[in-house]
Order: sequence, then C-alpha cells, then structure tokens
Amino acid sequence: MSESATRITPGNALRPEDIADRVHDGTAKPSDEVAEYALWLGDDALILAQRLGHWISRAPELEEDVALGNIALDQLGHARSFLSYAGGAWGKSEDDLAYFRDEPQFRSAHLVEQPNGDFAVTIARQFVLSHYQFELYRRLLDSADPMLAAIAAKAVKEVDYHRDHSSQWMLRLALGTDESRRRVEAAVKLIWPYLAELFEDHPLVDALPGIAVRPSELRPAFDAVTGAVLAEAQLEIPSVPSASGGGRNGRHSEHLGYLLAEMQVLARQHPGASW
Amino acid sequence: MDDTAGQANFDALMAADSRVEPRDWMPEAYRRTLVRQISQHAHSEIIGMQPEANWITRAPSLRRKAILMAKVQDEAGHGLYLYSAAETLGTPRDEMMEALIAGKARYSSIFNYPAVSWADMGAIGWLVDGAAICNQVPLCRASYGPYARAMVRICKEESFHQRQGFEILLELSRGSAVQKQMAQDAVNRWYAPSLMMFGPPDDDSPNSLQSMAWNIKRFSNDELRSRFVGMMVEQVEVLGLTLPDDQIRFNEETKKWEHGPLDWNEFKDVLAGHGPCNAQRLERRRSAHDDGAWVREAAAAYAAKQQAAVAA
Repeated sequence: MSESATRITPGNALRPEDIADRVHDGTAKPSDEVAEYALWLGDDALILAQRLGHWISRAPELEEDVALGNIALDQLGHARSFLSYAGGAWGKSEDDLAYFRDEPQFRSAHLVEQPNGDFAVTIARQFVLSHYQFELYRRLLDSADPMLAAIAAKAVKEVDYHRDHSSQWMLRLALGTDESRRRVEAAVKLIWPYLAELFEDHPLVDALPGIAVRPSELRPAFDAVTGAVLAEAQLEIPSVPSASGGGRNGRHSEHLGYLLAEMQVLARQHPGASW
Repeated sequence: MDDTAGQANFDALMAADSRVEPRDWMPEAYRRTLVRQISQHAHSEIIGMQPEANWITRAPSLRRKAILMAKVQDEAGHGLYLYSAAETLGTPRDEMMEALIAGKARYSSIFNYPAVSWADMGAIGWLVDGAAICNQVPLCRASYGPYARAMVRICKEESFHQRQGFEILLELSRGSAVQKQMAQDAVNRWYAPSLMMFGPPDDDSPNSLQSMAWNIKRFSNDELRSRFVGMMVEQVEVLGLTLPDDQIRFNEETKKWEHGPLDWNEFKDVLAGHGPCNAQRLERRRSAHDDGAWVREAAAAYAAKQQAAVAA
C-alpha cells in the first residue's frame, strides 16, 4: 500500500468505508495476527461507544448529551475503522464482526464493559480509557502497519479531546461539592481494579514487533499524566486489588452478554438483510 | 424609549418586514408569544430525542448507529440554540426546563407516540422531520432576529435528517418482504400524526392571525399541510410504499393538495396527556434532570471556587 493511500488531509480523513474499499480490492489485507490486534482496539472502542450511546437523552445537562454523544460517535468511528480492517483477514465486514460474533470471540477489556453507573462512574471509566488510548494511539503512529498508523492518526486527535473532557470533569467532581467528591471517590474505587488489564503484555504483541504497541510500555506515561490530574483533584489512587481480566483471550465480565444481546438483537433477527 | 415611541418603532419594523432584535422595544404580548413558541420548539427537540434514542443501542448496522447518534446529538444542539434564542427575551433556560418537567409547558404532541420498530427511525426522519422542515423554513424569515437565525442552521441539519429517514425507508422497501412490511407499517402509523404537526385547521387556530400579523408565522396551518402532502405524494412513489389515505388529490381549482379527514379528537387527547407515551417522556426528562442535579451543582461549586481563588 502506498503512503498516499492513507494520507490524511483536511476534508480527506480516512473513513471506515475507505478502509472497507481497500480491504475489498485487496490493497490492504492484514495478517491474522494484525487482524486480531485490530480487534482488541476495535472492540474496546465499540463496546465503549455502545455504553456511552445510552447516555444520549439522559445526561445531566444538554451540553453533556452533546459531549458524551460526540465521544461515543468518535469511538464508534474508530471501532468501524479497526473492525473494517480486521475483517479483511477473514472476508468479513465491520457488521459481520460487530453483530455476528458471540461473547468469547470479542476481545474487549473488562474496563469498557463496566456499566455506566452514575455520571461519576462513566467519567472515571472514560478518564482511564481516554488516557490509555491516547498513549496507545500516539505510539501506534509509528507502527510498521500503515493502516493501523493511519487509523491511529485520526483517532489520536479525537481521543485528545476525550481525555481533556474527562480530566476536566474529574477536577469538577472531586473539588465541587461533598456529594460529588463522595461519588467520584467511590467511582474511582469501582473502576481501578480494571486498569491493570489494559497494560498487560500478551503473546500476540510479541508476535507483532514494530507493529503492535507493547501495553506495559504505556504505563509510565499513563501514570504520570493521570497522576498529575488526580493530584490536582486531591484524589488518592485507591489501593484495590486488580481484577484478573482476560478480555483479550475472550474471557469477559458478566456484563458483556447483556450488552451484546441488546446491540445484536435486530441484526440477528434478519440475518443477511441490508439496512 | 417610552411605550408610544417604542410601539411606533415596532410598527415601522413590522411594516418594513424588518427584524426585531433583543434590545428593541416590543409589545409584551409579542414577547410572550415568542417565548412560548420558541421554548415549545426547544422542548420538542429535547423530548424528540427520546423515541430515536430508543434505537441507538439496537441500530442494525454500525453505519446506521453512527448516523442515528449524530442525529439525536443534533437535536440536543437544536434545543440549545433555541433555549438561547428564548433567553434573549429574558426568560432563563432553567425556568423553561422547570416548566417542562413540571408538565406546564407543551411540546410537539407527535413525540408522545412510541417508536416500536427500526422502520420508525425512517418514518420519523422522512415524515416528522419532513413536516418540521415545511413548518420551519418560513421561520427563517420570522421577525424576531435570534429566532430566525437559529432556524437557518436548524433547517440545514433537518434537511439532512429527512434524507437519512428517506434512505432508511428506501433500503427497507428494497429489502426482504418482512423489511418492506416494517417500513409500510411505520409510514401507516406516522402519517396522520405528522399531518397534525401543522396544528389545527385554520378555522380552529385562534393564535394564527396575530402571529401572521407579527410576521412570525408566514403561512397558515392548512397551507403548509397541503404543501407537505404534495411533497410526500411524490416521494412515497420513489419509496415504493403508499400513504394510508385514499382521499389525497390535487384540486385543480385551488391548485392545492387535499387529504382525507384527520382525527382531531385524537390530537386533542394526546395534547391533553392521553397519548401512549406522555407520562413516559416527561418522566425520562425529569429523571435525567433530577439525577444530574448533583453534577450541575458540582460544576457550579467548582466554578465559584475557581473564581474566588482568582479574586483572592
């Protein structure tokens, strides 16, 4: 694939449809390992988008309906790109992958599967994930796989806003009222056990040198940046045991089944239909 | 400016079909009418998010999910422009929101019908947004400046919304027999309520004349309804579907489209709170507002502390 194939210029950003076209005409075909890695990233974004989409029309302020909707939309766009690319390895479309895989075939981390809870839980989850994704995508820009690098180039700019949004809310909730502080402290405790899974290394990454980003390498930068926000918010990093995870190997939380049942119900009622 | 000079200035603006701006003197009744109309319009956008939000998590393809999310997000944006336009008339957004959740303010009664199938996303876009556009394009020339300017942007986005609704129905109509039936069923259910969005017949619409004299309203309810029917007749053929009204005809004498009788008792019943979803819609808005109170309080407290720190 030529350099220009994935170059991003204003008004010419890489769209999921463009990726599907390239996969279709054979100019971009990932190996099975690259596709599997793209599923990690795509499934995290998809499941998070599905969670955030539930907030639209239920947010604390109209401005937050717009903001959370926007973040959901960005994440969905990233998911569509990664899944379109991954599908190229197996002759599958983004929709085949989103709607016709069962739980064990998903590769999402437990963090994104966690229920929305109250606004503080949603923000704490977003805070962790946005900072993780930002560090990840920033490094993925240098991936030897040009398609992964191109998707990351679009995504990193958007995720930069997501981390600002969630960081700003962490400060407001932590330093706002007694109630908001109590709620955000509880939310951080609830979310923190799922943080470790994001930074766990995996044999798949060993098999993709120069292509995949090693999760453990993200941790120092993540800790430094989130630590600074938490310090300003006067929030302690909770001493809670890490959950065992397993999402990258298809072992998921109890929540994912319900989420998929809702997301997939209509598509599965009409297999083969076009929408 | 005293009232006499103010009234003279206002009358001159009306006569010249010119714009009234927030600092201009205006009759109290004109201000009240606008606050009522603009806030009802804003409430309709906000309540109108709910039937479509009902399908965001179940949209049958990722592309459709993205489009639907963007559309519902646009509606929140429209609510924001409109509340801002109404605020220029001196009524704070909080007050309007309180009136809505207290059940004291109205919103378009069409949103009290349920969106029970995916095809309803198509029918809402095509018929409900289509009717909204017919109503709203003339409002881009309404005499009150901030309202008219908000409508320009809203109409652009609404036209995209209508096209996506049409596209959903077209895809279903060209799909399996079950999908096509789903589309026809949705059109059957949304057709009459969408015609009633233009308001009661002209001989039963007491406020229309005054609004027309004030250059807020440019065309009568029946005139707009007739135009809308004409547009839908053309488009439904392309869709390969039918409208559930065998009395639609073009009257060669009046050069206007006519339609079968509408059940105005149902309209009044739904408006009076007896629609299928009135209680549900209001409760959802109320719970979002109440559940979010602590978040808004936190943001306000944080801003106050920041301000105090800067002042110190």
